[in-house]
Amino acid sequence: MEWLLALAIGALYAGGLYMMLRKTMVKLLIGLAMIGNAANLLIFTSSGIVRSRAPLVPKGAKTLEPPFADPLTQALILTAIVIGFAVLAFALALVRRTYEAVGSGALEDMTEE
Amino acid sequence: MNLLVLPVLIPMVAAASSLLLWKSVSAQRWVALMGAIALAVVNALIFSRTQTGEIVVLAFGSWPAPFGIAFVADRLAGMMLLATGVIAVAVQIYSFSGIDSDRESFGFYPLTLILLMGVCGAFLTGDIFNLYVWFEVLLIASFVLMSLGGERLQLQGAVKYVTLNLVSSALFLTALGLLYGSLGTLNMAHLSERVASADDPGFTTALSVLFLVAFSIKSALFPLYGWLPASYHTPPAAVSALFAGLLTKVGVYALIRTFTLIFTQDPGFTHQLVLLPLAAMTVLAGGMGFWVQTDMRRAFAFAIVASVGVALIGLAMTGVPGSEAARILALAGALAYVFQTMFVKAQLFLMAGIVRRAMGSCDLRTIGGLATCAPWLAAMALIGLLAFAGVPPLSGFAPKVAIVRAALDQHLGWVAACILAGSVLALAGVARIWSEAFWKPPLHRPDESEQDEPANALARIVPVTGLALCIVALGLGAGPVFDAAEAAARQLLDPTEYIRAVLGGER
Repeated sequence: MEWLLALAIGALYAGGLYMMLRKTMVKLLIGLAMIGNAANLLIFTSSGIVRSRAPLVPKGAKTLEPPFADPLTQALILTAIVIGFAVLAFALALVRRTYEAVGSGALEDMTEE
Repeated sequence: MNLLVLPVLIPMVAAASSLLLWKSVSAQRWVALMGAIALAVVNALIFSRTQTGEIVVLAFGSWPAPFGIAFVADRLAGMMLLATGVIAVAVQIYSFSGIDSDRESFGFYPLTLILLMGVCGAFLTGDIFNLYVWFEVLLIASFVLMSLGGERLQLQGAVKYVTLNLVSSALFLTALGLLYGSLGTLNMAHLSERVASADDPGFTTALSVLFLVAFSIKSALFPLYGWLPASYHTPPAAVSALFAGLLTKVGVYALIRTFTLIFTQDPGFTHQLVLLPLAAMTVLAGGMGFWVQTDMRRAFAFAIVASVGVALIGLAMTGVPGSEAARILALAGALAYVFQTMFVKAQLFLMAGIVRRAMGSCDLRTIGGLATCAPWLAAMALIGLLAFAGVPPLSGFAPKVAIVRAALDQHLGWVAACILAGSVLALAGVARIWSEAFWKPPLHRPDESEQDEPANALARIVPVTGLALCIVALGLGAGPVFDAAEAAARQLLDPTEYIRAVLGGER
């Protein structure tokens, strides 16, 4: 399972980077979104993919018996997804306003004068 | 109630109240000013508590570290908070008349307060994922402040600023994921312990370089500083001053914190081989940019780059094997330098705002004659400019001397040469700005009709003067400032005390 996710993460990073190097702002945003998702998947994978139970201590027991899924990474990803969503929404609005003000969506028109 | 929650709580409550007062801009102004003053007072209190050597810890929800998120205030955090409070007050006073009514009525005050909340949170947190969250809080506020107003130039700058900062955040998040995967914790004190006993130090070193890249984008280190001069001159002066004083310094703070507390496993590589040459190049690149720019605000943006370089040279030299005294001296110089440069950069950008208002431009080729038509402003400008160049007795001098002396003690002549060359470039740039903007007779008379009320002009000159007084005081009181920085450096270079304070006494 890990190797499949590793391939997906690698493809997302590579694709994101490629999109960011293109010439228009919209592709830049797509690239940023892809890299953000790649990072989230990476966090998910890095804590280890195990076929296991939810991390709840059974009745009567004092500690968890492995294997159990790490709940912290899921909390981290949830936080990162929410933040990423907000930032991306802002970036979309910014790109739209910039397109209106500059009259072009090309990154080479982002220099002054 | 623990004192440490207040630097986050005060701006949050003030921001929420000013959002409720959306319709009344004048009420928002006063709420923001009161919030900034309260923040400055609380931050000064925290600073004075850390000065006894105490490390104040707040574990949220009473979850003991490393399970919960902790706020930690040591001497370094105290210094940064103190400067943040003072700059916050200065910028809020300036924005009374320095911000146009359009921006004011579209949430300028709540946004600055949220930015301050993010900055204080980043300085205080003891958890590296929480640091990421505070970065995002301050970034999203800064994104909106950067583009608020929607001028063409501003939006062009904002696209670069937003993109580079998002790339940096993505790298930071990637590094965090891998770090958690390999070490299994996110509490910085706990990480510090685990890095020391990691199975695979090579992997940790690779990760530390990933963190280095992410934080270098935020702190504008060579060769990743390009976004800063491309964007910092576009928003109004109050916004640039806030960014110049606080934002890149959060990046520098993050580098200092992680590379003294956590990533000390291979300083010969991370500090000496990677960071030191980059920081030295930053000083030269910033100095050269400062020297050749024709727009005053662009020149100041390069001045930020140069000063980030000087501070990070001090940090990098802690990884050079050699005498303990030289390492402490270098880091103390870096901390004292960061502390004073926050005041200097905020003052310079506010001053540039007044120049722009009086002359209609910051272009050195077209403006002039400020020394005769605004002598007080010129005097204040001279203080800020000379402090940046590091002329005694102003605040930039003593920390630079300390770093240069530490470099010579460590037989790093080329590092000392870079700092001195950077200072010469800075002085040349300062001389040029002074002669072009202040001494030369004006090419065209500014319209006298645009003069506004004296009260408004006063609200702009008072914060510039106040910050200039801070700069003079930090220069004349270099001894006590340096003692505080040295104590902070000792505390950083021996993290056992920090770890004990956060993780409890059983260790």
